[in-house]
Amino acid sequence: MIKIHKAGLQTTVQDLGRRGFQKFGVIVSGAMDLLACRMANILVNNAENEAVLEIAITGPTMEFTEEAVIAICGADMSPSIDGHAVRMWRPLFVEKGSVLSFGPLRSGCRTYVAFSGGVGVPEVMNSKSTYLRAQIGGFHGRALQKSDELEIGIPSLKVKSSAAANWGVSSSFITDYSTEPEIRLLQGRQYELFTKASQKRLVTERFEVSTQSDRMGYRLSGQSLSLEEPAELLSEAIIFGSIQVPPDGNPIVLMADRQTTGGYPKIGQVASVDLPLLSQLKPGDGIRFKKTTLAEAQKAYLEREQLLQQIKMAIQLKYGGNGK
Amino acid sequence: MTYSISPFGDCALMIEIHADSSNDTQQEIQKIVSFLETHPPVWLVEYIPAFTTVAVLFDPLLAVSDSFATPYDKVRTELQRCFQQLEKNQESTIKTVELPVCYGGEWGPDLEFVASHNNLSPKEVIRIHSSTTYRVAMIGFAPGFPFLEGMSEKIAAPRKDSPRLRIPERSVGIAGKQTGVYPIETPGGWQLIGRTPLRLFLPEKSEPSLLRAGDFVRFVEVSPQEYEKLEASYDQNT
Repeated sequence: MIKIHKAGLQTTVQDLGRRGFQKFGVIVSGAMDLLACRMANILVNNAENEAVLEIAITGPTMEFTEEAVIAICGADMSPSIDGHAVRMWRPLFVEKGSVLSFGPLRSGCRTYVAFSGGVGVPEVMNSKSTYLRAQIGGFHGRALQKSDELEIGIPSLKVKSSAAANWGVSSSFITDYSTEPEIRLLQGRQYELFTKASQKRLVTERFEVSTQSDRMGYRLSGQSLSLEEPAELLSEAIIFGSIQVPPDGNPIVLMADRQTTGGYPKIGQVASVDLPLLSQLKPGDGIRFKKTTLAEAQKAYLEREQLLQQIKMAIQLKYGGNGK
Repeated sequence: MTYSISPFGDCALMIEIHADSSNDTQQEIQKIVSFLETHPPVWLVEYIPAFTTVAVLFDPLLAVSDSFATPYDKVRTELQRCFQQLEKNQESTIKTVELPVCYGGEWGPDLEFVASHNNLSPKEVIRIHSSTTYRVAMIGFAPGFPFLEGMSEKIAAPRKDSPRLRIPERSVGIAGKQTGVYPIETPGGWQLIGRTPLRLFLPEKSEPSLLRAGDFVRFVEVSPQEYEKLEASYDQNT
């Protein structure tokens, strides 16, 4: 079990999301940076879809009432255990009574803590993700608060002994969380309805992540985009990374807690392979979009997945090849 | 069936149904949905139906093939092949649901506004609203939220100038020419004319929405006493 001494800005239980229920209007939720979430689980020999803690900008402080094996992946929030700085992107053995805390944000925006054996919250619609607005899933449907007590898994002997050795994910894989990343972009479903000037601005100018940005969507400011002529659209599905433009001209990139459908025209769609980079941006950071093609985006996606599977196999070997 | 398929990012595609006189768009969407439910392809992650479209989300890793240049090409081609075999009378699961509604008062604080906006009495608004059979055009915006087609323009009313921060769950509202029911407590700008004791969002059920796109809905007026009784009995049963 962990006891929360300080909650942090927004600490929620998330997994890879609630899949298969969007047809009922139920949003996906899940980790914003799916790659860091998966990597953290792989490092502690969990199934990739196991629940983790997602921590935004200001980290929590938590005490372990029993020993555990954890991994911290994603944004660098200066993690430390009992006051000693610890490395990220590797399994960490935590002794009973130890306290995990976080300090200054050095890079990125969201970090993920996976516990070997998982997080003990009930599944709702096949997922442990927190759906804040409907107040379901996760820990009582809400972000963690001071004094909460959260059940976590007990690591196997094999995991405990392997985790003590000095190894982690090679630095070549660890994403560099730029505050001014270049994000690959596909044309959106209503791309052709926008003015030529807007289409051009989209891939030549800098956009800034505004303060009105959260798990639901990033509002971008700096450049206004407009339609050739006003259009009344019927609502249709929206997905992670859809860029829709409301009448005020400021684009919104839809993120993990997006609604299932929307009626604003979509000028672009972020390539899936760059969604983790996008998820690590915070208000004030900038984006430059770069055109890509469907074939290139799918190739990059498959390459990323193949690399991840290779790393996963190598880690499972360390744990005795018994991973899930 | 006349339709087109186009990419929607790199892990999805969009099927768009083109209306023609011989076919009902909702029926065509139901055929596709029922096919995906009964014969889910291995690469299918999920699908999202809307007014005239069905988004199909797929896993590119499970759609890699030497015969196709990209996963998208494979998914599109396989869907096209399947749709050629869609039977004319694909089995339908469409149902008609009666929603009891207590109109006006604390349950529908905007009933008077909707009435005066249309130069009608509240009673006439209730009569018109509850004498129509509505079609669920799509589920979206919030879990289990039905967009209903078929409301009489005689009771249309604009959205509120500034949205309420909290709309109680199960409120029945009107916005423009649409009517709908809020399944969960949420902010919103619709004019509230009543409330149903029936829950539309059932997170504990394997099918968590009372309604599906294509279903029919009728509103039935109940008194405050009946409303309380029904609400208590539904609470007990869930």
